[in-house]
Amino acid sequence: MSLFRTELRRLSKRRFTRYMTLLGLLVLAAVVVGVFFTNQKIDAGQLARAERQADQQYQEQVRWSEQERVACEQAKTAGTATDGRYPDDCSVITPPPREEIKAEWFLPSTFDFKETFDETLIPFAAILALVGFVIGASFVGAEWSTGGMMNLLLWRPKRLTVLLTKLAALLTGILAVTLPAAVLWFAGFWAVANFRGSTEKMTSGVWQSFMLTGVRGVVLVLVLTTIGFALASLGRHTAMALGGVVAVMVVGQFGLGILLSMASVRFAEAWLLPTYALAWMTKTVTLQDWNSCNATYYGECKPATMDITWQQSSVLLSVGVVVILGAALWAMRRRDIS
Amino acid sequence: MPAVLEIEGLRKTYKSRRRGTRNALDGFDMRVDAGQVHGFLGPNGSGKTTTLRTLLGLIRPDGGRMALLGHEVPDALPTVAGQVGAIVESPQFFPHFTARDTLSLLAGAGEVPAVRVDEVLELVGLRDRSGERVKTYSLGMKQRLAVASALLKNPKLLILDEPANGLDPGGIREMRTLMRTLAESGMTVVLSSHILGEIQLICDSVTIISLGRRVAFGPVDEVLAQHSSGAVRIRLEAVSDLPVATEALTQAGIRVTGHPDHLMLAGVDKPASVTRLLAEKNLYVSELAPIAVDLESVFLELTATAPVPGQHRQVDESMKVGGTGQPGPAGGGWGA
Repeated sequence: MSLFRTELRRLSKRRFTRYMTLLGLLVLAAVVVGVFFTNQKIDAGQLARAERQADQQYQEQVRWSEQERVACEQAKTAGTATDGRYPDDCSVITPPPREEIKAEWFLPSTFDFKETFDETLIPFAAILALVGFVIGASFVGAEWSTGGMMNLLLWRPKRLTVLLTKLAALLTGILAVTLPAAVLWFAGFWAVANFRGSTEKMTSGVWQSFMLTGVRGVVLVLVLTTIGFALASLGRHTAMALGGVVAVMVVGQFGLGILLSMASVRFAEAWLLPTYALAWMTKTVTLQDWNSCNATYYGECKPATMDITWQQSSVLLSVGVVVILGAALWAMRRRDIS
Repeated sequence: MPAVLEIEGLRKTYKSRRRGTRNALDGFDMRVDAGQVHGFLGPNGSGKTTTLRTLLGLIRPDGGRMALLGHEVPDALPTVAGQVGAIVESPQFFPHFTARDTLSLLAGAGEVPAVRVDEVLELVGLRDRSGERVKTYSLGMKQRLAVASALLKNPKLLILDEPANGLDPGGIREMRTLMRTLAESGMTVVLSSHILGEIQLICDSVTIISLGRRVAFGPVDEVLAQHSSGAVRIRLEAVSDLPVATEALTQAGIRVTGHPDHLMLAGVDKPASVTRLLAEKNLYVSELAPIAVDLESVFLELTATAPVPGQHRQVDESMKVGGTGQPGPAGGGWGA
C-alpha cells in the first residue's frame, strides 16, 4: 500500500475527521431545511391579496400625507410652525408614488433559485472551509504532538515527501467530501425552489455563473484546508493553527477594524481578510466611504466607492498559501525532530 | 565481523542565547558488529538519545560521519530505512487508534505485508489486546507495541531505546529472551538501557557515553576486565595473624584494608603472588577470592555518577574524558 493511500486511510480513521465532517454536513443540511421551512410557493390568490394590501397601504399614505399637509398649512397660518416639525413649503408633503409600495412586501418569503442560490454558496464555502481548516490542522498537528510524525519518518525518512503526501491525502479527502456536498447543495436548493419558490428564468448563462461560483467556493475550501495544515505543521501542534487563527481574527481583524474605524481610515474594510473572501465568492465587493460626498447632476449625494475584485482576492490567497506552506516545508526540512 | 553501525567523531551542538552553547555530542565514536546485542549506556543527558536520533535522521549533526549497514547516513537513509527498526525514547502513538490500526498504518506506509502485523503482535504478546485503543494501554503495553512497530519491518538492525521501561518482571525476562532470539536469527540489536544488570546479561558488547563522548567500549567481559580494580578478599587460618599479614602486604606495595576477620586487598595483578608472599612469612591463606566487578560499578566509575552521601548530583555532572577531539581512555576511531 502506498504512503498516499495509507495517509488517506489514516485521515478517514480519525474520529475527529469523522465528527467534524458530520458536524459540517449537518449544519449545511440544517441551512437547507431551514430555508425550506421559511419559504413558501406563491400562488395567484396570494399575489392578488398582496396587491390589494399594497393598494390599501398606498391609500393610507395618501390620507396621512393630506392630513399632514393641512396641519402644516394651519400651523403656518397660526404662526406656530417654527419648531421644525414641518417644512417651509407645505406642498412638498406628498404621498410616495404608487409603484414604490410593492406587492412583494406583503408576500411571504419565497425562494427564487435564480436570484438567491448564488448567495447560498457563500455559507456553503464558509462552513466547509472552517471544517477543512480544523481537520487539516488536527490531521498534522496531532501527528506531531503524539509522536506519530517521528514514527513515520523512521519508516519514510524523506521529510518533504512525507509532509506533501499527507497534504495531498488531506486535500483529496476534503475534496471527496466537498464535491458530493456541493452536488447535494445544488440539488437541495433546486428542490427548495421547486417546492417553496421558483426555478423560472434559469438560462445556461445563469447555470454557468453558479458553477463558477461553486468552483471558487471549492477552491476556497482547499486553500483554507492547506493553510490550517501548514500552520499546524509549522507550530508542530494543532493549537498553533487554531490559536493563530483566533489571534488573527481577534487582534488582526476585530482590533484592526476598530482601530481603522476610530482613525476614520477610508475604505477600512479593504484591510480586512473577510472582505477578500467575500470578493472571491461574489466576484466584486464595492466598499463605500460615507464620509465623502460626490454630488450628482440632480444634487444627490453619493459616497465614494472602491471595488475589491476576485482577481485581487486570488493574489492574496495565492501569496498566503505560498508563504505559509513554504514556511512549513522549510521548517520540515531544516528543523530537528525531537 | 562487518560493522552494521559506525559512528565517527559525531558532533551536535545546541546554541541558546540564554544558556549559551552545549555540546550534546562531542566527537562521539561507536561501532556495532553484525549479529551482536550491543548495549548503549550513559547517564541521563549524556547524549544517548541524541545519538540515536541523529543516526536515524531526526536530528541534523554538526560534524562527524555515520554509516548504517555499510551506507553513509543521513544521505542513504531512504535506502536503509527499510532494514532498520527503531524506537527512540518513550513509545509515542496516536492514542485513539488501536494497536492493530497503528501497526497496520505503519505497515502500509512502509509497504510491509499485512500478515506481518499479526506476527509481531503475537511476538510481543499483544495479540489478544490488539483491538483496544492505545490510550487504554499501560506503559509496559505501549512499550511492547513500540517493539512490535520496530520489528514490523523484520529489520537487519534493531535499535531500541529503553525497551524494558515499564515492563513487569515477566515482561523484562521475555524481552531479554526475545533479544537473544533475534540476535541468534542474525539480527543486530542495539539496546539503550539503564537496567545494567539486564545489559550485562543480554549484551555481547557495550558502548558507554558520558557528556557526549565515548568513555568505554568493547565486549562486556573486556570492559569489565579493563575496569576491574584487582580487589581480592583473603582470610587466614588464624585471625590473630591479620596484622602481620597487613604489614607484609603493605611492604610489598599492595593496598590493604583491614576488617575484623579478613583483609581486602586492592591493586593485585596476580592473586598467586599474595599466597606466595604470605607463605614465605608462614602465614597460610584459608580463603582467597577475587572480587568481580559488575557493569553497574564500572558504569558509575566511568561516568562518575555514583551517589555521594549528602550531595545532590546534577544531570550534567558526569565524567568528561580526554581533551578536545581526543579519544577516550578505552580507545578511539572505529570501535574496538
